Amino acid sequence: MTGTGIGASVKRVEDQRFLTGNGNYTDDINRPGQSHAWILRSPHAHATLKSVDTSKAEKADGVIAIFTGADMAADEIGGLPCGWQIHNKDGSPMLEPGHPPLAHEKVRYVGDQVAIVIAATRDAARDAAELIEIDYGVLPAVIDMDSALAGGTLVHDDVPNNRCFDWEIGEKDAVDEAFAAADHVVSIDLVNNRLIPNAMEPRAAISDFDRSTSQYTLFTTSQNPHVIRLLMGAFVLQIPEHKLRVVAPDVGGGFGSKIFHYAEEAILTWAAAKVHQPIKWTAERSESFATDAHGRDHESHAELALDKSGKFLGLRVATKANVGAYLSTFGSSVPTYLYATLLAGVYTTPAIYAEVQTVFTNTVPVDAYRGAGRPECTYLLERLVTKAAREVGIDPVELRKMNMIQPDQYPYQTPVALMYDCGDSPATFASALKASDYAGFEKRRAAAEKSGKLRGIGISTYVEACGIAPSAVAGALGARAGLYESAQVRVHPTGSVTVYTGTHNHGQGHETTFAQLVSESFGIPIDQIEISHGDTDQVQFGMGTYGSRSLAVGGPAILNACNKVIDKAKKIAAHIMEADVSDIEFADGKFTVAGTDKEMAFGEISLAAYVPHNYPIEEIEPGLDENAFYDPLNFSFPGGAHICEVEVDPETGDSEIISFTAVDDVGRVVNPMIVEGQVHGGLAQGVGQAMLEGCVYDDNGQLLTGSYMDYTMPRADDLPNFSVATQSVMGASNPLEVKGVGEVGAIGSPPAVVNAILDALAPLGVEDISMPATPLKVWQAIQESSVRQAAE
Amino acid sequence: MPTVSMTVNGKSVSAEVEPRTLLVQYLRESLGMTGTHVGCDTSQCGACVVHVNGESLKSCTMLAAQAEGADVTTIEGLANGDELHPMQEAFRENHGLQCGFCTPGMVMSALDLVQKNSDPSEQEVREWLEGNLCRCTGYHNIVKSILAGAQALKG
Amino acid sequence: MYQFNYQKAGSADEAASAVTAAEDGRFLAGGMTLIPTLKQRLAQPSDLVDLAGISDLVGIEDGGDSITIKGMTRHVDVANSDVVQSKIPALASLADNIGDPQVRNRGTIGGSLANNDPAADYPAAVLGLNATVITNTREIAAEDYFDGMFTTVLEEGELITAVRFPVPEKAAYTKFPNPASRYALVGVMVAQTGGDTRVAVTGAGQDGVFRAGDIESALSGNWSADAAKGVKMSDADLNSDIHASAEYRAHLISVMASRAVTAAG
Repeated sequence: MTGTGIGASVKRVEDQRFLTGNGNYTDDINRPGQSHAWILRSPHAHATLKSVDTSKAEKADGVIAIFTGADMAADEIGGLPCGWQIHNKDGSPMLEPGHPPLAHEKVRYVGDQVAIVIAATRDAARDAAELIEIDYGVLPAVIDMDSALAGGTLVHDDVPNNRCFDWEIGEKDAVDEAFAAADHVVSIDLVNNRLIPNAMEPRAAISDFDRSTSQYTLFTTSQNPHVIRLLMGAFVLQIPEHKLRVVAPDVGGGFGSKIFHYAEEAILTWAAAKVHQPIKWTAERSESFATDAHGRDHESHAELALDKSGKFLGLRVATKANVGAYLSTFGSSVPTYLYATLLAGVYTTPAIYAEVQTVFTNTVPVDAYRGAGRPECTYLLERLVTKAAREVGIDPVELRKMNMIQPDQYPYQTPVALMYDCGDSPATFASALKASDYAGFEKRRAAAEKSGKLRGIGISTYVEACGIAPSAVAGALGARAGLYESAQVRVHPTGSVTVYTGTHNHGQGHETTFAQLVSESFGIPIDQIEISHGDTDQVQFGMGTYGSRSLAVGGPAILNACNKVIDKAKKIAAHIMEADVSDIEFADGKFTVAGTDKEMAFGEISLAAYVPHNYPIEEIEPGLDENAFYDPLNFSFPGGAHICEVEVDPETGDSEIISFTAVDDVGRVVNPMIVEGQVHGGLAQGVGQAMLEGCVYDDNGQLLTGSYMDYTMPRADDLPNFSVATQSVMGASNPLEVKGVGEVGAIGSPPAVVNAILDALAPLGVEDISMPATPLKVWQAIQESSVRQAAE
Repeated sequence: MPTVSMTVNGKSVSAEVEPRTLLVQYLRESLGMTGTHVGCDTSQCGACVVHVNGESLKSCTMLAAQAEGADVTTIEGLANGDELHPMQEAFRENHGLQCGFCTPGMVMSALDLVQKNSDPSEQEVREWLEGNLCRCTGYHNIVKSILAGAQALKG
Repeated sequence: MYQFNYQKAGSADEAASAVTAAEDGRFLAGGMTLIPTLKQRLAQPSDLVDLAGISDLVGIEDGGDSITIKGMTRHVDVANSDVVQSKIPALASLADNIGDPQVRNRGTIGGSLANNDPAADYPAAVLGLNATVITNTREIAAEDYFDGMFTTVLEEGELITAVRFPVPEKAAYTKFPNPASRYALVGVMVAQTGGDTRVAVTGAGQDGVFRAGDIESALSGNWSADAAKGVKMSDADLNSDIHASAEYRAHLISVMASRAVTAAG
């Protein structure tokens, strides 16, 4: 046993370089002869570009070149593509207006790219950018979704009413029947607040063009370099894959925001061939706020039909989702297939119908952000169920329990397309209730009251779909790419191993977790294993890291490649040990012949593979280097229960999380330490959404939360120590039996927090509060309630 | 351009820079020491925290010229070869980092805390980190790391 | 940042002449606001005159019934000063909660007061404790010093060399922070000095720091948390933004004042 296999809390191998300042992030890289870019951005949310005069700026010190949208249009550069086609209720495809990398003729949000200035230094580029003279024809901006849907101002002239698509899922008639038969109908209107992702590393890129080989290279802060190569090469710049190398080195967090193909990547790559020198661009944090794709931004109305006993009969949901000014790479899939397909939640609701309208506005594009669609769905369900418990007069724990899918009902076909493969929500719920001492809460509430505080407890039980995704299913639903993963396992002559994975590690600890898979498989210690990722010239192919897919989809690819290595190694061992291959056994890094004491170490076989002096050369090739592509059978379905306890200071509206308990079913756990860390991070983002974070644009489309002065990032003293545990039913849809853990924290937690705050405020008559539940909003809710109660 | 000289991690260094050069630019661009990061432009994220004359500060909010003659310590100056400083080791041991981007600032900030308060409470650690943002860890394991690092440094 | 010239001054007089001589000169103290402002290209001074090397501008002097804090004294040094802690603990505690540790290691009292950010903490201390701002040319009473948001009566080339705080009988500062910036959404200094009751409010006013006269009156007759809390502040002339409405700020002023009274004892 190596002690570094599956199930061990192995300390991370990547930490040494990060802890010593030796990480290699994009902005740490410099290329010989490099120039620097400043992107000039629109200060207006909506305007025509009447003229763009760069003549003065071109003469400024240090300027190498300046390009505008007109230059890109003249080169017939394509628009940034959307990776998922959604169809309207009537079967027609969604509207996909053009998305030029550099705005041409019109700008559509504050921050839209207008020109690139390339100069000797970044300061020189920025100095020169101020000399560009632009005549903007300022147009009215349309920011909120209702105004957008009313028409009037159009973000794109060819998109009537600013509606990108009008989509539905589920059986409308069945739901209508359920509501007709219902004893209770509970309804709720909710806003899922718009968030700004804020990975700590701002986006950056360096482009290069080699004139001798006509080879382009792009270093970029991406979660999926192969996807960028494919999208940018095939759709935007028409560069074939063999002439385009995309490298995503160390990346300082992504949370979804670094999945997408961004304009700057295409602009820099295109421009590098024009100026014949490398170009470096790094976003200021202000640019990150203004131009990284935002997350969430839904407005929903939902209705739940219940029978007399509290059994859920039907669910009806109407959602408006903001996609911003342009469709981002996955902007269309998030509010549809990643959202409404989960509306059954953990419940046996037999009839569900949802309709979703997506809306263009003069704001930055909205796309996947940690959880992507699933937090929106979970928030809606868990607020609605909690409200139903209150209105129908059933304890919120009991109402959930009586409607939960039972373990013997799996596989469970929901009314909204997904089939849950396995799970046990009652078990995680029971554990969370116990771990949080739910039963003892009223005592704690009474104690808090004595010190003038209002204490509340909130529950969220959830399931999510991740491990994205089975390609055939995704394709049938409109995905324009496969979503498998690939791995190459290269055993070197002396027995050390390099694994090339198509997923990308930007904090998740893959260099350790994946090495543990190989350690387990080959019986060698992890210091003999290197995980390589992020360079399209090294890694054969890959779809990258998002949707909690890396271990669930990338892991089996590695495992399958390892198995291919072992199969081949067994043939080599059989030849050398003069045994039949069926008698060769492999365990703990040793090949043995059954029933004998003959054995060969893993390293001896690898050496024989590369020094094939005594080798079955007529049967197999030398070398020990195998590839595998893996496409999952189904999504994986992590789930669990989150319970939050808060205290509210009624005088100031300030809320404090006193305890947070999470019990999650994430399938098999490869590295418990890393799994806990992933849950902590997700919870912090969920708590952030619930209490702290909210993107605000004014009516003119100016971003009011454009820096850390106004956008509340969770800080250490905003958060408690989390109580987290895993309690798993092994995954049923992949050979590793894993489910995914990257997003569960952010998916399950927001409704637990808000339900807790509402529980605390219930004695004051407060029934609703929107996220983020800031002190201001809590205080206002208390005031409004007291005014209302006084009037009654 | 004026020349700015200082001591960084015990070595005398010197470079010609524009007056508008920030200390963090001097470290990253003039000296090629890229362990110190820039995560914001409003002096709040703390990815750029270094020590100047023994105290933590944000190298994005100080001109290189203001550090003329100063003694600067960066994340690159802590480990002894491959042997991590006890605070770095505590972060590794307690999974106090994920993407690693905020980590240099976190470690440098933590070291200033423990030199001022050798036995901080969890709440004191959380309050001290007001100027250091992390998006990955939820701070849970960072706090744990700093508490462990403080104990290790007490010996 | 735009280009500028950087100069180091050896004395307050030298610094003042350098700023006056420059086309558009600015003093550089701790730089905690000025440098971020320059980074955002919101200001374009021709010259920065660094005050860091002027030893005369650093230190805390115990004057018996007053404390004098030199202009370039950092927040961390005020917070940790034995003199300040023993004579005006409210001031030490205020300094200990300005910004974050790195800001406190660099930011100075003079820099903060010259900038007069409407959400900064020190203006509440100066006004609430009835301090005197001492410059290279004159002494300015707290009452006369502040002149609206980011504005003071300082003339060009006028430099804060020290601030003199009378020692109060009792005082406390309570802050409700802006959740994002952690500046004061509302910060209230309450003090009794020589029989005089003062309540100064930062973070809330459209014109920056101000005295809450109604609360002062209430407390003059009855120094109690309830007296402060009982005052319903007008929300006229208070800030309203995404973090707090004027009405909420008005409410918080009374609550913070009452908590400060409790803390002051």
